[in-house]
Amino acid sequence: MSDFSTWDILRNLLLAARWTVLLSLVAFICGGIFGLIVLMLRTGRSAWMRRCAMGYIELFQGTPLLMQLFLAFFGLSLVGFNVPAWLAAGLALTLWTGAFLAEIWRGCVESIPKGQWEASSSLAMGYLQQMRYIILPQAFRVAIPPTVGFSVQVVKGTALTSIIGFVELSKASTMLTNATFAPFTVYGFVALIYFALCWPLSKTSQALERKLNVAHHGH
Amino acid sequence: MSLITVTDVRKSFGANEVLKGIDLEVEAGEVIAIIGKSGSGKSTLLRCINGLETINAGSISVGGAQLLTDDIHLRALRLKVGMIFQQFNLFPHLTAGRNVMLSPMIVKKTPEGEAEPLARNMLERVGLAQKFDAYPEQLSGGQQQRVAIARALAMQPSALLCDEITSALDPELVNEVLAVVGELAKEGMTLLMVTHEMRFAREVCDRVVFMHLGRVHEIGPPEEVFAHPKTPELKQFLGMVQ
Repeated sequence: MSDFSTWDILRNLLLAARWTVLLSLVAFICGGIFGLIVLMLRTGRSAWMRRCAMGYIELFQGTPLLMQLFLAFFGLSLVGFNVPAWLAAGLALTLWTGAFLAEIWRGCVESIPKGQWEASSSLAMGYLQQMRYIILPQAFRVAIPPTVGFSVQVVKGTALTSIIGFVELSKASTMLTNATFAPFTVYGFVALIYFALCWPLSKTSQALERKLNVAHHGH
Repeated sequence: MSLITVTDVRKSFGANEVLKGIDLEVEAGEVIAIIGKSGSGKSTLLRCINGLETINAGSISVGGAQLLTDDIHLRALRLKVGMIFQQFNLFPHLTAGRNVMLSPMIVKKTPEGEAEPLARNMLERVGLAQKFDAYPEQLSGGQQQRVAIARALAMQPSALLCDEITSALDPELVNEVLAVVGELAKEGMTLLMVTHEMRFAREVCDRVVFMHLGRVHEIGPPEEVFAHPKTPELKQFLGMVQ
């Protein structure tokens, strides 16, 4: 039998958890930038672009993340692009995160009173100027708690990438179980590590929500 | 030539025609009050002149800038005509000074070094020089509305549209705003204001427009409109408000 000590298991899991963290960060940052672009199209003046952005959001919200990962991994190789698992995982998670963040942020933008748009319009500002100087700074405050809250979903979403062979925390745990035949120990640790990653995010989200509800303006 | 020309403007919301062919000419320096019952189309008319509503027929021009739906024309029109709203609509995340400075800086590309004295100057004009660093929520309604006036003035418009600018104020705060508007009128600013302040309209305005059911029902100098209303609708309206 194997001679894995408990420490060996934990050490290997923690090493693999680095990839979970890295993939989460990449998905969140790239998805955030992409989501911002989709948000601008979604709330912009061109009806054609609004429809495109809406179609994209609905497509990615309406299909399981697992299918998106499969399509990114197997689909792309089918049409001749041989993408490594990490790239397919990063790409699919970015697109998925972007769709959800764009929709969360749209709600925040729409919560800004219409008068703010009208006043800035009457001062001859264009759409991008209104967004940058008037709407987004105000929407930002509203957006922080749900955005941080959604980052928990991103961390948990990375677990699915194990299926296309990306070795992060979940994939490592399956491999370790196969080697050690100690599923309870392994998965117990895995659950604890995910919890240690997600719980502070949830708490931060709740704390921010309370803080921003009390003080509406930061001065 | 008139500063503001409104020609046969029609505007519908769905099947409901709110403006049924409005003609109006406003000379530079004129102060005009628009009165009428709610639903008579007076606010809609102002919003059309600023391009906040699209019109279904007719034409509007201010100082040679035509109302068209594309961004370039809308911008040119809005540089000519400022607007002040019932709900002030100050930007809550910016100080009073920054509210006034923002548009000159980003729309007209005025350098910050010039925009700041300009903003101080405009705030002084409305009697709020000392509130430069205050946030809107720290100001009373009357003060907020005066900042909104300063903000519109900082763009140096040829005309100002005032949409019931005292209607959301507590009674004791109405006069400080009207005093500022009265000063502007004296200085020769072209003003087009929807108002329920009949006394103010009578004292300050050159002409009064009475709107009824989407049309200009009566128009004339205040002494004539208020003292000798020609139509039963205006008589009835004046009877209600006076």
